[in-house]
Amino acid sequence: MSVAQETPIKAAEPRHVRPPQRNGRWSGYRHLLMARMLELKREPEVVFWVFVFPLLLALGLGIAFRNKPADIVSVALVAGSGSQDVQTLLARSPQHDLFKIQTLNADEALKGFRLGKFDIVIQPNGNGGLEYQYDPARPESVLAKAEVNDALQTAAGRKDLVDTKAVTSSEPGSRYIDFLIPGLLGMNLMNSGMWGIGFALVDMRQRKLLKRFVGTPMRRGDFLLAMMSSRLVLMVIEVGLLLLFGVFFFHIRVLGSVFSIALLGALGALTFGGVGLLTASRAQKIESVSGLINLVMMPMWIFSGVFFSYERFPSVIHPLIKALPLTALNDALRACILEGTPLLHQWSRLLVLAVWGGVSFVMAMKWFRWA
Amino acid sequence: MPPVIQCRDLRKTYDGKVEAVRGLNLEIQTGECFGLLGPNGAGKTTTIEILEGLLAPTSGEVSILGHAWSENAREMREWLGISLQETRLSEKLTVRETIELFASFYREPRSSEEVLEQLELTEKADSWVGKLSGGQRQRLAVATALVCNPKILFLDEPTTGLDPQSRRQLWDIIRAFQRDGGTVLLTTHYMDEAERLCDRLAIVDHGQIIAEGTPADLIERLGGHHVVEFSVSGNSDGAALQAWRGLPSVESVREDDGMVALNVKQPHLTIPALLDAIDKQGSRLQHLTTRQASLEDVFVRLTGRHLREQ
Repeated sequence: MSVAQETPIKAAEPRHVRPPQRNGRWSGYRHLLMARMLELKREPEVVFWVFVFPLLLALGLGIAFRNKPADIVSVALVAGSGSQDVQTLLARSPQHDLFKIQTLNADEALKGFRLGKFDIVIQPNGNGGLEYQYDPARPESVLAKAEVNDALQTAAGRKDLVDTKAVTSSEPGSRYIDFLIPGLLGMNLMNSGMWGIGFALVDMRQRKLLKRFVGTPMRRGDFLLAMMSSRLVLMVIEVGLLLLFGVFFFHIRVLGSVFSIALLGALGALTFGGVGLLTASRAQKIESVSGLINLVMMPMWIFSGVFFSYERFPSVIHPLIKALPLTALNDALRACILEGTPLLHQWSRLLVLAVWGGVSFVMAMKWFRWA
Repeated sequence: MPPVIQCRDLRKTYDGKVEAVRGLNLEIQTGECFGLLGPNGAGKTTTIEILEGLLAPTSGEVSILGHAWSENAREMREWLGISLQETRLSEKLTVRETIELFASFYREPRSSEEVLEQLELTEKADSWVGKLSGGQRQRLAVATALVCNPKILFLDEPTTGLDPQSRRQLWDIIRAFQRDGGTVLLTTHYMDEAERLCDRLAIVDHGQIIAEGTPADLIERLGGHHVVEFSVSGNSDGAALQAWRGLPSVESVREDDGMVALNVKQPHLTIPALLDAIDKQGSRLQHLTTRQASLEDVFVRLTGRHLREQ
């Protein structure tokens, strides 16, 4: 033990006889990246939120919104004179296995309708006619009215004037899960970019680790580069896992090349890494940065078309929505994965991402608080 | 030889209001262990962080081995080993990984194994930092400072909150570094630490140095090397206090926590006279101790407060 060694006081250097160990230019960067990856690997929460959670979400939503063979129409029939005829007619109609009919009194029927248990209420008016009660604001209710009416009229002997034939289609590419998976990829890149960079940096600042690092000759640029690189490594796993899951479990057809998807993933990861960096540039406490991160992400969860298309919002605000980085990323991923659109044709979306990432990074560098 | 660490008229004002450091001068020579001693909030940490180049002073000059932070920061950092007050290193890295990470930032670091061995962390080399005891963590913090083979070691309250054994272990490490020719600047609010470890020290209060010298020097300046403390039944007002001042060999008097404390040069002259005086008063002696004067006495004498107050 060298503590116990008796060395003359104020000996001239060199003090420790050792093999000369010289570190190269990139030694700090390499160790920072390695340390970051080890930390992430050893954090069970990271493994869950980054890898397992998106898969569970895709699985749950994919099953909940799977394309059912045919939608069952749930019908409430108000008991009374004529209700027996309605039942007979519906049973005789060609679409008879589409209907689930329950006969009950008027009060219960209306109550069930209000609660969404029935799509439509049929009330015979006593002299051969019928009254449909439906809600024009509920798509399934509108559909129910059309289907029920059609079935009853056909069964009662209506002749259609135009000869029609219906062909069903639920090809991969047009289903909800096809819409959902690219959206989840985008959302996941945003989440892990914001938390993986923003939260992690403020945590290090709060622990005074940033200050301690700054007390060494560490290059600050190398440190940030290592943080960003760790995001890229993680991105490959995140995107790959979810995409493979979609391909094998939901038979999603990927039309774009792996290279373009990887490039989009990298651009997305870096963009949100930059936004995360900006979010974290001043905050001193993890509580305050958590709020900030959610504030930044909230509009994009809603507007950027993760779970449903932004076409549902008034078209006046579409230009604003399309200027959000997550919208650009989601649109680009969807076009690339589902339609095979080349990246060159998506330059405007790539530009939106690059501008967000670049501007955030430059501003963050200006404001970043190391100590 | 020029001083290793020098600062002139150092001032730091936070947000234009709080004056943490108010005109501080220091000169620390090669191979010295220099202590900044003072209560919490005295400006010790602000001072040391300015010297470390982590904070910019509001005004004043700093020179480390003849260089200024504005000229040559990256090169200067190669020479300094730093341990901040309460850095929380990453809990999910092992001790060895942490030391190697810090080593990777320097051009010519020491071998991690050697540092592990020196700080008695070899056994814990593969444990996660989160599993270490307080003493082991503090040794690791010092290890991250020593791994760069520094010329100067900055330690901000290195032993606060440690058990006596861990404190002694750290003192040994600091002494070994100094024996090998290194210069140390440390802050502390422990008197015994300052007395045992420091060649010279500065007592800091309200952002200024109120006394500076070797520990023995400072105690010498108190006037008496001994302290006689006692309490008597009956009155002990201001007038009574002045009466004790007149006893033989007494240099100064103060009242402290219900006791009277006399700084005394020769207790064998003072004590018989004291007992006589109490007898004449008709009071009864309730308590009497004598001890060597300490830096604590110096501090109380200079500020009227105890070091651990506030």
